[in-house]
Amino acid sequence: MTSTVERPVSAPPAASRRRFVSKAPLRAGAGLAAAAVLLFAVAPVALSDFRLSLLAKYLCFAMVAVGIGLAWGRGGLLTLGQGVFFGLGGYAMAMHMKLADAGPGQMPDFMLLYGQLDALPWWWAPFRSPYFALPATVLLPMLVAFLLGSLVFRRRVRGAYFAILSQALAAALAIFLIGQQGTTGGTNGLTDFQGFFGYDLDDPVNQRMVYFIVAGSLLALLLIARQLIKSRYGELLVAVRDSEERVRFLGYNPANVKLVAYVVAAGMAGLAGALFVPAVGIINPALIGIVPSIEFVIGVAVGGRATLLGPVIGAVAVAWARTTLSEEFPAAWTYLQGLLFVLVVAFLPGGLASVYRLLKERRHGRA
Amino acid sequence: MTVIVSQLFTGVSIGAVLLLIALGLSLTFGQMGVINMAHGEFIMAGAYTVYVLQKVITGAGWSLLIALPIAFAVAGAMGVLLEFLLIRRLYARPLDTLLVTWGVSLILQQAARDIFGAPNVQTRAPDALTGNIRITDDLVLSNNRLFILALAALAVVALTVVLRFTSLGRRIRAVVQNRDLAAVSGIPTGRVDRLTFFIGSGLAGVAGVALTLLGPIGPTMGTNVIIDAFLVVVAGGIGHLKGSVIVAFALGTLQSLIEYSTTVSVAKVLVFVAIVAFLQWRPQGLFTLRTRSMA
Amino acid sequence: MYSLRGRRTGALLIAVALALTACGSKTGENESSSSGAVADTSGDTVKVGLLNSLSGTMAISEVTVRDSIKLAVEEINASGGVLGKKLEPISEDGASDWPTFAEKAEKLIKEDRVAAVFGCWTSASRKAVKPVFEENKALLFYPVQYEGLEQSPYIFYTGATTNQQIVPGLDYLKSQGKTSVYLVGSDYVFPRTANKIIKAYAAANGMTILGEDYAPLGSTEFGTIVNKVKASKASAVFNTLNGDSNVAFFKEYKSAGLTAATMPVVSVSIAEEEVKSIGTQYLADQLTAWNYYQTTPGAANEKFVKAYKAKYGADKPTSDPMEAAYVSVYLWKAMVEKAGSFEVAKVKAASDGVTFEAPEGTVTIDGATQHIYKTARIGKVGGDGLITEVWNSGSPVKPDPYLKGYAWATGLS
Repeated sequence: MTSTVERPVSAPPAASRRRFVSKAPLRAGAGLAAAAVLLFAVAPVALSDFRLSLLAKYLCFAMVAVGIGLAWGRGGLLTLGQGVFFGLGGYAMAMHMKLADAGPGQMPDFMLLYGQLDALPWWWAPFRSPYFALPATVLLPMLVAFLLGSLVFRRRVRGAYFAILSQALAAALAIFLIGQQGTTGGTNGLTDFQGFFGYDLDDPVNQRMVYFIVAGSLLALLLIARQLIKSRYGELLVAVRDSEERVRFLGYNPANVKLVAYVVAAGMAGLAGALFVPAVGIINPALIGIVPSIEFVIGVAVGGRATLLGPVIGAVAVAWARTTLSEEFPAAWTYLQGLLFVLVVAFLPGGLASVYRLLKERRHGRA
Repeated sequence: MTVIVSQLFTGVSIGAVLLLIALGLSLTFGQMGVINMAHGEFIMAGAYTVYVLQKVITGAGWSLLIALPIAFAVAGAMGVLLEFLLIRRLYARPLDTLLVTWGVSLILQQAARDIFGAPNVQTRAPDALTGNIRITDDLVLSNNRLFILALAALAVVALTVVLRFTSLGRRIRAVVQNRDLAAVSGIPTGRVDRLTFFIGSGLAGVAGVALTLLGPIGPTMGTNVIIDAFLVVVAGGIGHLKGSVIVAFALGTLQSLIEYSTTVSVAKVLVFVAIVAFLQWRPQGLFTLRTRSMA
Repeated sequence: MYSLRGRRTGALLIAVALALTACGSKTGENESSSSGAVADTSGDTVKVGLLNSLSGTMAISEVTVRDSIKLAVEEINASGGVLGKKLEPISEDGASDWPTFAEKAEKLIKEDRVAAVFGCWTSASRKAVKPVFEENKALLFYPVQYEGLEQSPYIFYTGATTNQQIVPGLDYLKSQGKTSVYLVGSDYVFPRTANKIIKAYAAANGMTILGEDYAPLGSTEFGTIVNKVKASKASAVFNTLNGDSNVAFFKEYKSAGLTAATMPVVSVSIAEEEVKSIGTQYLADQLTAWNYYQTTPGAANEKFVKAYKAKYGADKPTSDPMEAAYVSVYLWKAMVEKAGSFEVAKVKAASDGVTFEAPEGTVTIDGATQHIYKTARIGKVGGDGLITEVWNSGSPVKPDPYLKGYAWATGLS
């Protein structure tokens, strides 16, 4: 690594730092309220059942984005492997739902078909209990992030090294899951769920319920992220991003600061994966690998990585654009996705969220 | 015994492929401090060069040798273009460079799909390279792998000579070690950057030609091989060719030996674990440049 | 500000609680809760859905399937449509991504209200859309050979199941005196299930399996696997690799000095299109197992090949999955006409015994399994890139997705 610290891309210049600390959360507060109204009042009325379930899927991606915004936007940790945590949460939930569908003492259908196992593998067994499975969807990803993070951050593996390592982790986990077809469903993943905690997933009313749970969880995650960003810890995290050495000289351990952001982001991705399963009805290794992991990042970059709501808006916008565009022009979507990476990251690193500020600064003649 | 020898040969030749891919990557990594995610697509460009060339020269055989310098030039030119249009604006933001080059790789893949079609295309290997050298009945060394081994060795030697003994090489090393100091010493860093990119990307083109002997030639061929090369560069450390050389051969042999006794998936996962463990020991890779500019 | 947040959090909790209490039916409580989407057949046209990957890694194969479905739809429209209504194809991109397949299937059924959907290639994509079709009581026609062990009431399988492709392939090897086999496959459900069946077959037929190896999908490094195959000295290889991996495998195979004469490879995923991208330099004289080749004789095939090339280009080969997709549209038409209705329940009820003079020969729907009778064919790759038949099963083989009619297969499913 060269010593050139990554420029704090969307933090305003030093002169306006006070405003950045005090006013921005208020604006974000208003934004949060607006988001709540949109998600709970407008969307359920305006959208058909089908489009609402699509929105639920996008919101799951947005939950991952909130975590990436925290780790990358605020902490400078470019994680190209969030799919790992998304997948762990998703598989934990899917395993529980499969076991619940099978009924007490029974094995999931696909195991009987492909696995030729005599008994449930030991590591499946605890997921039968919702009291284990539900917390596990969040805690399992956090645990993995904690283990990996405490190894690499302490040894000051960072920058591109960390990015490549997180990416390789995604590749390795996907390959591993595919290799264990009898117990994980292989490339097929886990699918064909009947119920969600006893509620019939075929019923449109219950699909709406899932949507509301997703939307509520997203808002909850945003509140958590907002508290973190506002706290002393949040300022420390930005300080680590901008100059790790100085933070170290001040007596803090940057490794721990990064670790917290990484673990929280992993937990958020885990919850997103867990809710993705009832909302979409499938979890598979393709959602874990390199490509989806890096696609999570593009939404964050488009929306504005260092802001609270930017990643959410970006993730939803990108997912929506993908659905809409790929219906009409499948090839064009790939070009657009590539161009988004190039143009936004190279020329508008603050994302959409910075457009307003840039325009304002230009008007005030400060640009 | 035969099995171990032939497995070692396979391992070494996997290492040679990795090395060929990683050499150029390592060069540009050292220079810009971040990994060029579009490197895999420069490999693809090299492979398609063979395809296009064989449309013109129908004689198959020698077209592969002719393709080597042309692929070097084609991929090199693409690298210079990338550097000139995007990367030079981003030298202060290494992580952003990584994302931007990923975007470029998506665009190049789709472009290949639109130009050459989504299916893989076929090239003809010269007959001399589809055969093998028979040591015993059970131990044969295939010519294409020997060729790639020789090509990798040649690339390492050539690159070492350029870096060690030419004025261009001295300039490249100076910029890698301390860009600002190089600039104030009167080295035209902009030109050096572009030349570094030309050589690094050109080597990807050469790797692409070599890969036509082994695998498919299609829009996604780059992504299939590039992740392992990333790991080689990360574990090898920057600024030193020998780091990449050692790690490439170590990974290749490790992979082929584990794969022989278990499965491909297990080998992949274990190699990843080995790399994480290795970075615990050497967080900046096998060799590090010790200069003031290093964090 | 803090009180504001407190109130908002409260409102949030209430909203969630409301959503939770206003719940719908529990599982098993109300079976008729979803009556299924009804196709829109009111106008002059009837919509049919085409669900294929037009982007991503599977696009290579699936675009050709989409093209042949379109060809069938156009031919049917040119000859008057179905029950007097023209077909309007709605094409959706599954993007080689299984959740996207599920999403697009739902869109086709609920938003476009299509009468039937044609498409999917990988087993994973089929498994992903299966619950969608079952939940909405809509029809899917799946045109690709697959691993069997499935019988959804809302899917018609027009590709081969295992006893129409893999078992005949093994019978052929046995008849050629090949008694030891090495298994190589990509790491996903089809090769793993196929190899399970092969092992059971081998145990009962005096064949030995000398090894079994899987490469991750997209893997292009086959040095080690080919070393193992070579060291095993097997008399034949059964290959269930997919896509890019085939190219790397056959290049490695040849340079290791293995040939079709000494150790033939039977492949079940290499059709004419794949031969083109691997190259006859590496594939010449190797064997494939399918139900259709471009060279299959007969007037129906001549017409199909001619029409396909006229529409998409003279250099475009036709292959087994393309043919099965083409046939599936005609079979659906015949079923609808027999039922006299587009209604799913009636179409299903009319399915048994419906036949069609397909390019591969006469095919007949087996109503009990919703698979079709197909002739098994072993082919050899020629120097011109086409595959010519060296053996066939004589008559169409009755589909048996669970291999119930084979004594050696008990305990497999």
